[in-house]
Amino acid sequence: METLYADEFYFLGLIVLAPLLGAIINGLLGSRLPRKVVDWVACGAMAFSFVFALISLQGLVNHGANYDGEDGFGPHLTYTVYQWIFSGDLQADIAFLFDPLTAVMVLVITGVGLLIHIYSVGYMADDPDKWRYFTYLNLFVFAMLLLVLGQNMLVTFIGWEGVGLCSYLLIGFWYNDEQKAAAGQKAFIVNRVGDFFFILGMFIIFYTAGTWDYLELHQMATSTATVAQLLPIAFPAGLLIFLGCTGKSAQIPLYVWLPDAMAGPTPVSALIHAATMVTAGIFLLCRLNWLITLSPALMAIIAVTGALTAIVAASIAIVQNDIKRVLAYSTVSQLGFMFMAVGVGAFVAAIFHLMTHAFFKALLFLGAGSVIHGMHHEQDIRKMGGLRKLMPWTHATFAAATLAIAGVPLFAGFYSKDLVLWNSLANTHVLNVQGVIENIRAMLPEDRLQELEVLLTDEVAAAITDAGGEAVEVVTWALALNWGVYLVGLLTAGLTAFYMFRLYFLTFWGENRSDEETRAHIHESPGSMVGPLSVLGVLSVIGGYIGWPHFLARYFPEGLQPYVLGLEHWLADVFLVADQYRLVGRFGESPYLPEAISAGAAIAIAGAGIFLAYVMYIKRPELPGVIHERTTRLYDVLMNKYFVDEAYDFLFVKPTLWLGKASYWFDRYIIAGLLVGGVAFMTQNLGQVLSNLQSGNVQRYATYITVALVLIFIAIYFGVM
Amino acid sequence: MVELTSMFSALAAQPMLAQAASGEGGFPWLTLTTFGPLLGILALMFIPRDQIEALRNTALLTTIGVFLVSLGIMVNFDPGVAAGAGEAFKFQLEHGPLEWIPALGIQYYVGVDGFSLWLVMLTTFLMPIAIWSTYSAVDKYVKEYMISLLFLQVGMIGALVSLDVFLFYIFWEVMLVPMYLIIGIWGGKDRVKAAIKFFLYTMLGSVLMLVAILYVYLQAGADSFLYTDLLAVELSYTEQFFLLAAFFLAFAIKVPLFPFHTWLPLAHVQAPTAGSVILAAVMLKLGTYGLIRYAFPLFPDALVVYAPYIALLAVIGIIYGALLALVQENVKKLVAYSSVSHLGFCVLGLIAMTPAGLAGGMYVMLAHGIATGGLFLCVGMLYERRHSKQIADFGGVSKVMPLFAAFFGIIMFGSAALPGLAGFVGEFLSLLGASQSHFLSFGEYLFYAPNGSETTIPLPERFAEVNPVDSVTWGPEMTAFIFTIGGTLGVFLGAAYLLWMFKRVMFGAIKHDAVREMPRLTVREIGVLLPIVIMIIFMGVYPKFFLSYMDPSMEAYLTYMDEQVTQAVESAEADEERAPIYGEVVVEPLDPEWVPEGSMWDRALDRVDE
Repeated sequence: METLYADEFYFLGLIVLAPLLGAIINGLLGSRLPRKVVDWVACGAMAFSFVFALISLQGLVNHGANYDGEDGFGPHLTYTVYQWIFSGDLQADIAFLFDPLTAVMVLVITGVGLLIHIYSVGYMADDPDKWRYFTYLNLFVFAMLLLVLGQNMLVTFIGWEGVGLCSYLLIGFWYNDEQKAAAGQKAFIVNRVGDFFFILGMFIIFYTAGTWDYLELHQMATSTATVAQLLPIAFPAGLLIFLGCTGKSAQIPLYVWLPDAMAGPTPVSALIHAATMVTAGIFLLCRLNWLITLSPALMAIIAVTGALTAIVAASIAIVQNDIKRVLAYSTVSQLGFMFMAVGVGAFVAAIFHLMTHAFFKALLFLGAGSVIHGMHHEQDIRKMGGLRKLMPWTHATFAAATLAIAGVPLFAGFYSKDLVLWNSLANTHVLNVQGVIENIRAMLPEDRLQELEVLLTDEVAAAITDAGGEAVEVVTWALALNWGVYLVGLLTAGLTAFYMFRLYFLTFWGENRSDEETRAHIHESPGSMVGPLSVLGVLSVIGGYIGWPHFLARYFPEGLQPYVLGLEHWLADVFLVADQYRLVGRFGESPYLPEAISAGAAIAIAGAGIFLAYVMYIKRPELPGVIHERTTRLYDVLMNKYFVDEAYDFLFVKPTLWLGKASYWFDRYIIAGLLVGGVAFMTQNLGQVLSNLQSGNVQRYATYITVALVLIFIAIYFGVM
Repeated sequence: MVELTSMFSALAAQPMLAQAASGEGGFPWLTLTTFGPLLGILALMFIPRDQIEALRNTALLTTIGVFLVSLGIMVNFDPGVAAGAGEAFKFQLEHGPLEWIPALGIQYYVGVDGFSLWLVMLTTFLMPIAIWSTYSAVDKYVKEYMISLLFLQVGMIGALVSLDVFLFYIFWEVMLVPMYLIIGIWGGKDRVKAAIKFFLYTMLGSVLMLVAILYVYLQAGADSFLYTDLLAVELSYTEQFFLLAAFFLAFAIKVPLFPFHTWLPLAHVQAPTAGSVILAAVMLKLGTYGLIRYAFPLFPDALVVYAPYIALLAVIGIIYGALLALVQENVKKLVAYSSVSHLGFCVLGLIAMTPAGLAGGMYVMLAHGIATGGLFLCVGMLYERRHSKQIADFGGVSKVMPLFAAFFGIIMFGSAALPGLAGFVGEFLSLLGASQSHFLSFGEYLFYAPNGSETTIPLPERFAEVNPVDSVTWGPEMTAFIFTIGGTLGVFLGAAYLLWMFKRVMFGAIKHDAVREMPRLTVREIGVLLPIVIMIIFMGVYPKFFLSYMDPSMEAYLTYMDEQVTQAVESAEADEERAPIYGEVVVEPLDPEWVPEGSMWDRALDRVDE
């Protein structure tokens, strides 16, 4: 490793190149290659990519060992491929950056991606267009890697749109079905709405900072001399970028495309719409953590949006009957959790949950795919049941994932979800600008200090400057926000446990409710599908062991300490700034007891959710019907997803089309008809009109003279002339 | 075969002819490229009209030959040559000036710089493709059709390379006639109406422009129409105001900018495929090219006042064109309206007067030429199979023509500005340039007010309160940013109308039996689409290749405009009556460290040396 320089670490290029080559080979030749070769090319490309990612990881570890902290960014490797655009002061390179944050993302993408590719070999075995499927899938991984590896925002944006394209292609993979094609289109266009904001955010950043390079931006944001320049744009730019993230990561108000996206093949849902693409927004905000933490108001907006999305989506998931739709809303809800974590400044928790979620949600989708595959494309859970015995491997792994997402201790989801909840309660994130304020205070002359307040949302700034940054509890709405977010998160955790176990019980327990013919054919899936399920099953259990709660971590032996808090240590350098700005939590330095209580609450509510599901769907299966009878109206609202789709159609789609029609009318009859046509008409007829004047009719001449005289009289009288 | 050999011999004779004509200086690449098609026309004259294949092949080979010759322009063009101080443009590969009509001082003088180079290349690149696409589309009057197309090429390239303004005007008019015939004879049902409308519209603009050109010429008194001589003419603000109006109108109709666009959809829908391709890809670009080459630098004083309104028209065009495209039922009309939208990005970038905006505007021209040309070719192929352009008559075509679906998809996404494909670079840079612009500020005059008159219309107070550490101020920057927001909305709408069209045409179940019987692409059609697809990908993946040729020209141009506008603002400030017009309006102050990156290859060599 010593021979490789940290700024020319070409393995980063190879990580990206492998899936691109796979896509090119399959895309150009796939239709003529034997099906086995297509499989090998696609999976081989992913395997290479994964290996290169591991090598880069080792490189990063080596580099970190003798990292001198010179540039303040923390240990990182870079690789510049070529210069893409330049014009004047804009220099945009295709360049890659590999730091601990990217490392986590790349490993998840290539690792889980590899498993899903292998799974797809079995799942798509009968599809004649399998080569096209693998082309798109490899292309997706390529774009996703660009997104997370980009050294500047432009490369990130290329990947950002690239994954949108692949998502479009894969959702509409069976394009002959009108609805599936429409779902793909909806996904792309809703994402474009997000990209609209993203681009504008990028422009604002470039206007102020003159660069999109993360290293340079980071330098600006962390240096006392320059941070004051970034402060005024932190809110507008951050908000625009956050809105972009709500598109890609399916948050309120742009989450509507994700449930429809389930039209694609199930492995696609697992890879794109659960494990990787939809987490791009969380990744981006974490990447820009030093920017968004400059604006407390923005952080609050992110936290509230995340919390709201989490609970809204969870409530919809309760009543859905399509196995994939339940999982889709569950994904939206879990993504909301991650945004919640970002919003309260708990970036490590967000990434931690992102990672464990990638494991267990991919597993859930793949399990669902296995079920659908086994039941001949039946997706309605009301027609399932009793699959426990018929599909033992699928059942075992699905159960592990369900336990994980429900937050049962010792399973991965528990650790990350607990960390998110605990941080949302404990962080006093709204005060994280204090360091910045100090910097500006040092820079500004005495008589201009009051301008400080203009920079920040008035209330907060006033409170902080008044109290000299000491008082933690002065900002009452911050306290309310913390509690609100925490309680909503807790409630969502309970709902999650409930709807997931409802899904699990309905699918795998009880009697089989399908028709005779289907029942006769139900079978366990082939090895290429069960294999990845098992690996993900193991990961869904042990994936959380790198982030034990602090109150438990201290009981581990000394040698294990770095590992039981592994992720936190690994990402410490990345979120250094965010941590610096974040004050010590509300509960003091080592709040073991409150933390334990919070964890206990989470376990209790998860248990309650599971118990309720057990009662309703195993013990007394008639209960759901009774409840349904009593709450028809609420049920309808939930079943129709709060009518958001209809509202958007009414508010945005219809008016836009109407505007288009109106413009078209305007174009034809006003611009082309009246103005242009009028000019033409006048030219044609003017001669005729003038010739009419000279008619030889004396009375008419007299009229002209009279009119003219009157006009002259009026003109003179009113002094116009 | 006889015809072919005669043509080849004619081609072989060309260099000698040209060498003889060139006199001193290098090889006359530009003259050869411009008049090369005339040799093809000559050959066509001798081919009997019933030998359709021979006629087509001759025209195709001529255009391919011209393309190969034009590669010589690219190879010999040295992007590293920088303009001298105070020069707006540095032309290369010049030929002339040769006396043409000495009595009036009209001369033959051609040359290229970073702006025109790629447009010439675009023209020569697309011509063979357009002609090859007519093999199955046009069966009547093939001879005349080919002659018209070749003649059109002479006019277009001539207009691009002319350095004598009168010469430019002649080529500009030469372009009109063949296009008028192409639409009027080989067009669709309403072809005559469309042709007349096209002709009248364009004539109206160009007549005004002619008057303006003559006025400047008379003011100059130098007995010369040379572009550089006209640039040097001192004109008062009032004169500039009206002259710019005349020039702007001529070019705005050609672009077309809202609200001068109504000829375009009609012309496009009625024109045959090759006509549409050329019209969209090259002829519209002559409007934008004319803006940056003639209208802007000739009248900088007036431009300061015009700029925000031009930008406003561009942004309205972006959104309006996209909205209209959204509701079209006719594929070809949809693509035509999308041109209005895309050209809006181009003008917005150009008028921003920032490096990124200028580069973006130029890049939109190229990308739009390739991508929209490709879209029209695709529509043409659909039409030849189904004899309909109505979206509702298609559906599920992907199943029948998978390769076509792939090509069409790539071209469509190239047009919808997907990063990594051609359209993105231009639109993104244009919008970026617009967002950084200091040039687009509305002054206190909404319209021209004569010197000394009292009838100024004051806008609300300038927003002078600027926070010292607040860089996003409410001033010229904010105006520019609002324009940018409007433009960016167009990127979103662009995806909406194109994807919706694509879904309705290509996806879904097959509803009509006629669609099921549509034949797959022929080898010729693959050959027509493949270069376009490759170009779309290459332009998106490696834009530096194209930008590197433009960069020195852009730097010189912006430096020149910066000086001129600064002078204009200073003189206006000295002139008390007009003082308040110019607030903080400036061409984007240039980065003093901006080293033009044109000499890409030199730099690569330097690196090797190191």
